[in-house]
Amino acid sequence: MEIDISRLVKLARIELKPEEELRLAPQLGEVLGYVDKLKELNVDDVEPTAHASPLSNVLRKDELADSLCRDDVLRNAPESSNGLFVVPKIVE
Amino acid sequence: MEYELVIGLETHVQLNTCTKMWCGCANEYGSDSNTNVCPVCLGLPGVLPVLNEAALRKTALTGFLLNCSVPGYAKWDRKNYFYPDNPKNYQLTQLDFPSTVDGYVNFESLGGIVKVRINRAHLEEDVGKSFHFADYSGIDFNRAGVPLLEIVTEPDINSAEMAYDYLNALKNILEYGAVSDCDMEKGQVRCDVNISVRPKSQSKLGEKVEIKNMNSFSGIRRAITYEFKRQVEVLEKGGTLVQETRRWDDDAGVTDSMRTKEDAHDYRYFPDPDLMPYRPSDEWLSAIREGVVELPLDRKMRMMSQHKIPQESADVFVREPLLGDYFEQAVKGVKNSRSVANWVINNLQAKLVESGTTIDGLTFSPAAIGELVELVESGKISGKIAQEVFNEMFKSGVSPLGIIESKGLSQVSDTVQLKAFCEEVIVANPASVDDFRDGKEAALNFLKGQVMKISRGKANPKMVDDLLREMLVD
Repeated sequence: MEIDISRLVKLARIELKPEEELRLAPQLGEVLGYVDKLKELNVDDVEPTAHASPLSNVLRKDELADSLCRDDVLRNAPESSNGLFVVPKIVE
Repeated sequence: MEYELVIGLETHVQLNTCTKMWCGCANEYGSDSNTNVCPVCLGLPGVLPVLNEAALRKTALTGFLLNCSVPGYAKWDRKNYFYPDNPKNYQLTQLDFPSTVDGYVNFESLGGIVKVRINRAHLEEDVGKSFHFADYSGIDFNRAGVPLLEIVTEPDINSAEMAYDYLNALKNILEYGAVSDCDMEKGQVRCDVNISVRPKSQSKLGEKVEIKNMNSFSGIRRAITYEFKRQVEVLEKGGTLVQETRRWDDDAGVTDSMRTKEDAHDYRYFPDPDLMPYRPSDEWLSAIREGVVELPLDRKMRMMSQHKIPQESADVFVREPLLGDYFEQAVKGVKNSRSVANWVINNLQAKLVESGTTIDGLTFSPAAIGELVELVESGKISGKIAQEVFNEMFKSGVSPLGIIESKGLSQVSDTVQLKAFCEEVIVANPASVDDFRDGKEAALNFLKGQVMKISRGKANPKMVDDLLREMLVD
């Protein structure tokens, strides 16, 4: 299967070297081709579903539970300031 | 050439649940940053979101209030995009099986009642909040995961004014249903505007421009007015419009382009594997249906026809539901409903504001207002005394009749007594008597005032008027 690797790279917000793109594009294509095999199955009698599990209506009550303490929340942040996660300046 | 506007609105409304959509963190505005946050809100690996039943309930109720149907199956999808306020790099939303579909809203606009169709109201999650500093941005995830209802109209709106009226009507309905606090200041209502123009004769829609993330209704009205003018100008000059997303700059009063179709987002939706679908049961739905309240417009129409009150009064009672409820209690069994409405709107409301109390804090029952009106109607007390009784009633909570009896405020309608008052005044004011006899009508008002004064406001004004005229002619 053909893969538009440059578009995929853009969507995934990653950078690839040209030689990496050349190597990965056919590999990803093969993966897709493999999954594509599923299309050969006859599913006329199978009801479409979003899940393999037959569960539905898994709910919780609208009841408060403990949140994390802020030090823990920010512990994995590369940088934080005044209780906020610091990220590169957002301009859109 | 004449052009017409075609507008569709996507309104995002935060539901007023106690906790967030997928976890038990507080759905609360104004907490210290990143204190209502847990691994689920942060999208940490291995967490399992679970649907908040109250959010589903409020969504279905909203659906009913917007005349939508609630399908038997709803599911959640991941909308993938990268943005720092989106901790999971996807937003949970409902793509093809939303919780409610196909409704409409009737509301007053452009001097009549108009209808806007609702395509769907679906449930999704809010994202975090960004703060921008000189050389970095900061993110607070308290808002991430707050249940957010997206209400999407069909492109049925054709003017800035109509969009404005729709939004106000929608807000009113959501407040009536108590599904959202709709506090604009807190960003609980935000709107994306889809807008295009086309020559009036053309049936094909023009290129769609989306104005993102507006948070004030008046701003939306201005933005639409601006966009209409801008788009018509482009077309008039022979230019072409492109499908794009624009941003409204409220200070400058202009929109500018954020991105065009070429770099439109590709969200790569897919069903969320962690969240199970929802199939509302009949019992669940009928319990929710019982919570369906009378809509603002229906209430207005009913109040006008049932109580024969003017539109202006009904508008007040729709805007102030508690005051309206109070009026409906007070008016029970009272003939002059207009008068009751006036008392509630003018006197009671003013007094509540003046004293800083609320309706719940009143020490007298609504029926007391009705009683007061009846006392004026039957001529037992004058309007002026009624005012005094009302003030006393507001202070002490004693019934109007009780106040009148204890203070001896009953109106004097006894002819003999009134004649005596008049006689006294005529004797004491010969100059005014002459003036009146010379044809000065104003002199009679003065004499009437004197009678009211010596009767301590208790004289029946109508009878005093008649008596004075009768006695002065002689």
